[in-house]
Amino acid sequence: MRIFSTLIAGLLFGTGLILSGMANPAKVQNFLDLFGTWDPSLAFVMGGAIMVTMPGFWLVQKRATPFFNDVFHLPTRTDFDARLVVGAATFGIGWGLGGFCPGPALTSTPLAASGTLIFVPAMLVGMMIAKSIAVPVLKSKTV
Amino acid sequence: METDFTPIASLLGGGLIGLSAIVLLAAHGRIAGISGIVSRILSPNVDKAGLPQGIVFLIGLLLAAPLWILVTGATPAQVVSSNGPLLVIAGILVGFGSVMGNGCTSGHGVCGISRGSTRSIAATMTFMATAFVTVFVLRHVVGG
Repeated sequence: MRIFSTLIAGLLFGTGLILSGMANPAKVQNFLDLFGTWDPSLAFVMGGAIMVTMPGFWLVQKRATPFFNDVFHLPTRTDFDARLVVGAATFGIGWGLGGFCPGPALTSTPLAASGTLIFVPAMLVGMMIAKSIAVPVLKSKTV
Repeated sequence: METDFTPIASLLGGGLIGLSAIVLLAAHGRIAGISGIVSRILSPNVDKAGLPQGIVFLIGLLLAAPLWILVTGATPAQVVSSNGPLLVIAGILVGFGSVMGNGCTSGHGVCGISRGSTRSIAATMTFMATAFVTVFVLRHVVGG
């Protein structure tokens, strides 16, 4: 059940990305193109997800512990630092350039578009570079 | 290239993403942040305790497209740029930025906002802003 729930979570996530259109970089870039071929669909993806998670998270956290773990691993920081802002800004530039963020890029990998097969390894390298720079401050419980 | 406005499919797809986040939190007490899940199982400093769960989640994610094709008989519609150098830069920025900023669209944009995290709200506003500007420059300044 423990492993199965994780598998189902991954499958639900990937299916949601495909159904919603987020696995299509053209759709993502059109959402970001307010002054061109604007497609507002992506706002509905975020809206749909938050409408489900907001009450869902609230209910889940009424439990003392998760089903298969001793504690909830939730981020506790509330401060702002340069790393958060610079990191998010950098991420946004890459997201705009390629139309891919990590979930959709990985979900798209089996579809084997040549662009995806270039993007994904580059993304993994980018993550490893950031980890090797930020390891001392990177906590495993962060998002 | 224009894409169709798909409010219903996008809302339902978003709902599935939300459901996945609830399953992860309820079962394992974990946030469904893809950049976090992936980066934790990458070197350096691999999270050995979380390795099996991380890999299984990724297997689920990777199975979604093949299963989609099997069930619907259709390949998910997708237009990916074939500009290699651009995608290398985009990939590095996405990977680097999401780890530095402790999250991406899922961890900050969905889970963080749902928890009312001010860090996540700030991060989401920041990456949305730079993404809008990037696409504007890409399509209307340099792209023409």
